[in-house]
Amino acid sequence: MLTIKNLHASIEGTPILRGINLEVKAGEVHAIMGPNGSGKSTLASVLAGREEYEVTEGEVIFQGKDLLEMAPEDRAREGVFLAFQYPVEIPGVSSTNFLRTALNQVREYRGQEPLDAVKFLSLMKEKMKLVEIDQKLLSRSLNEGFSGGEKKRNEIFQMAMLEPTLSILDETDSGLDIDALRIVSNGVNQLKSDKNATIVVTHYQRLLDYIVPDYVHVLYKGRIVKSGTKELALELEEKGYDWIKEEVDSAAV
Amino acid sequence: MSKDNQILEEFTSKEYEHGWSVNYEADEAPVGLNEEIIRWISAKKEEPEWLLEWRLKAFRTWQTMEEPEWANIHYPKVDFQKLRYYSAPKQTKKPKSLDEVDPELLAIYERLGISLNEQKRLQGIAVDAVLDSVSVATTFKDTLAKLGIIFCSFSEAVKEHPELVKKYLGSVVPMTDNYYAALNSAVFSDGSFCYIPKGVRCPMELSTYFRINAANTGQFERTLIVAEDESYVSYLEGCTAPQRDENQLHAAVVEIYAAAHAEVKYSTVQNWFPGDKEGKGGIYNFVTKRGICAGDHSKISWTQVETGSAVTWKYPSCILKGDNSVGEFYSVAVTNNMQQADTGTKMIHIGKNTKSRIVSKGISAGKSQNSYRGQVQVMKRATNARNFSQCDSLLMGDRCGAHTFPYIDIQNPTAKVEHEATTSKIGEDQIFYCNQRGIDTEDAVALIVNGYAKEVLNQLPMEFAVEAQKLLALTLEGSVG
Repeated sequence: MLTIKNLHASIEGTPILRGINLEVKAGEVHAIMGPNGSGKSTLASVLAGREEYEVTEGEVIFQGKDLLEMAPEDRAREGVFLAFQYPVEIPGVSSTNFLRTALNQVREYRGQEPLDAVKFLSLMKEKMKLVEIDQKLLSRSLNEGFSGGEKKRNEIFQMAMLEPTLSILDETDSGLDIDALRIVSNGVNQLKSDKNATIVVTHYQRLLDYIVPDYVHVLYKGRIVKSGTKELALELEEKGYDWIKEEVDSAAV
Repeated sequence: MSKDNQILEEFTSKEYEHGWSVNYEADEAPVGLNEEIIRWISAKKEEPEWLLEWRLKAFRTWQTMEEPEWANIHYPKVDFQKLRYYSAPKQTKKPKSLDEVDPELLAIYERLGISLNEQKRLQGIAVDAVLDSVSVATTFKDTLAKLGIIFCSFSEAVKEHPELVKKYLGSVVPMTDNYYAALNSAVFSDGSFCYIPKGVRCPMELSTYFRINAANTGQFERTLIVAEDESYVSYLEGCTAPQRDENQLHAAVVEIYAAAHAEVKYSTVQNWFPGDKEGKGGIYNFVTKRGICAGDHSKISWTQVETGSAVTWKYPSCILKGDNSVGEFYSVAVTNNMQQADTGTKMIHIGKNTKSRIVSKGISAGKSQNSYRGQVQVMKRATNARNFSQCDSLLMGDRCGAHTFPYIDIQNPTAKVEHEATTSKIGEDQIFYCNQRGIDTEDAVALIVNGYAKEVLNQLPMEFAVEAQKLLALTLEGSVG
């Protein structure tokens, strides 16, 4: 589904990603872990098409198409979803109105009829249950005055509505208490299928207790320096990142 | 150039949609301005002597006045001698009904999306259409007449209801109020007149559409709305003009009189030609709008969506004379490219327990300058006066300007006046967030801007709100990319 080959990216001339290679297949969950500043969020942003990042080398193929050639909105319409670490607020625009605009633009791109208000609302009702989100929250301005947990739940709710092929969760666990973490993870798990894939970007192992990854990759200095199964995440939890840093840094000398 | 700016750059490049003109045979006054011209206009309209005298008095005062320079707008001075003060589509006789109106004139309005025939009839909105200087047609007159409501062109009101016109004309905006109001009083050609008798709730929206068509013609219309005790009316005003290289002058006066327990809602969607991207051409929109809450418990509410004009100078105001009267001002002013707007309101609290509310949302893009200027005045006997003002500015790009000039004058210690102001920018983050959900950039900007202006748009009648939303998106189209 997704093939990343030798991906290099920089921001304002400073290289952040220095040759990422990753293969994600349908039905898989990949966790990207790593110390702060290793490039985890940059990878998520580059895949979603944030323009401050300049791709200097490498390629990303998503379902046979060159992802890097596409505008951010077309990537979304092709099925790439980014759950933001810091979802933005849009005053005066209700979540409902926002999502309906988004969903209908995605449907138009895919050659589907737009959903009328009735069908849209019944779809919303169905998906609201997944993340235990309240309708009142959705009639409020998008993310404005939402708590950290409400924002993240709203991200996963949007994901449920848009039914992406590839979901990238960028530090979705940050700022969540244990109950919110459980609800959000439940939502993500229920959306999993053998047709879609998930990339979970996180600093802590905690989230992976709930969303169990098939593969764990450790990012350090813009490269994937170690890959393994979920046991690798547990090892990191126990020993921290220093041993990996030392391993990599000594090998480089 | 940052991404924000690139986006804005492209989004601002949208052309004006109503920039066409029609060649119709016109009945015109000679170019220039003097007493002879005023006599010519007055004679043309077969006006009574008192009105001619009124015009001449205004003209003589105007000649002694100076063009105001305190506003935050800059433009080459208007040469009043180079303008034409009267231009009317030639009709052999006054039309009795819509069927007699020149089809070409009706076609002009059709093209603007204002059908004077079927469509509006179905929507139940009474329309008075003003082309250049004169009213072309008023719909629904008979339906309204049954309720005792008078809704007609100003010229017709002068002929049919001289006592009402004489009583109220200049009672809210005195003929010598300011430079442009004095000019308007001297040369006004037509406009709309509306009278709601005691206890009547006007069952439909009343609407006026103004269009400037002829070149080098000033449009000076005059609107007078009188709402008697316990009456209600909602009034809509829309405007467009063709695209021309020269600047055209529009100096209107609107007067509203609200008696005890009366309520008047006045909504404007202003879409005059704003000039091209370099600032060539466009309408100078120098308008005086004022309402008086003369009776106790009366209410006047102004809502405006200002997207057009090269230069706007406009302060719809309320004089809260009656005890417990209420004044409201809701405004969205968008400026793009080289447009300049200096707009706001005045709330003059005279009566006891008077309340006013001001919500102003400025949106600046391109190299435009957008100023809010508002005055809240609480007079000595206005015990327990309340005012709440909120002035927000939204900036798109870094070459435009937003300015706020609030003036507060309180002479009664029981007054409570609150003022809130914010300035924000449409962020790359907000646009990217929308993009990531599959929404393209233009729709993202429209969504964000309409969200920002929602509180004001909510005040508009339904079908006007939809129009206004589209207009906002259209005005800013190309300013983000």
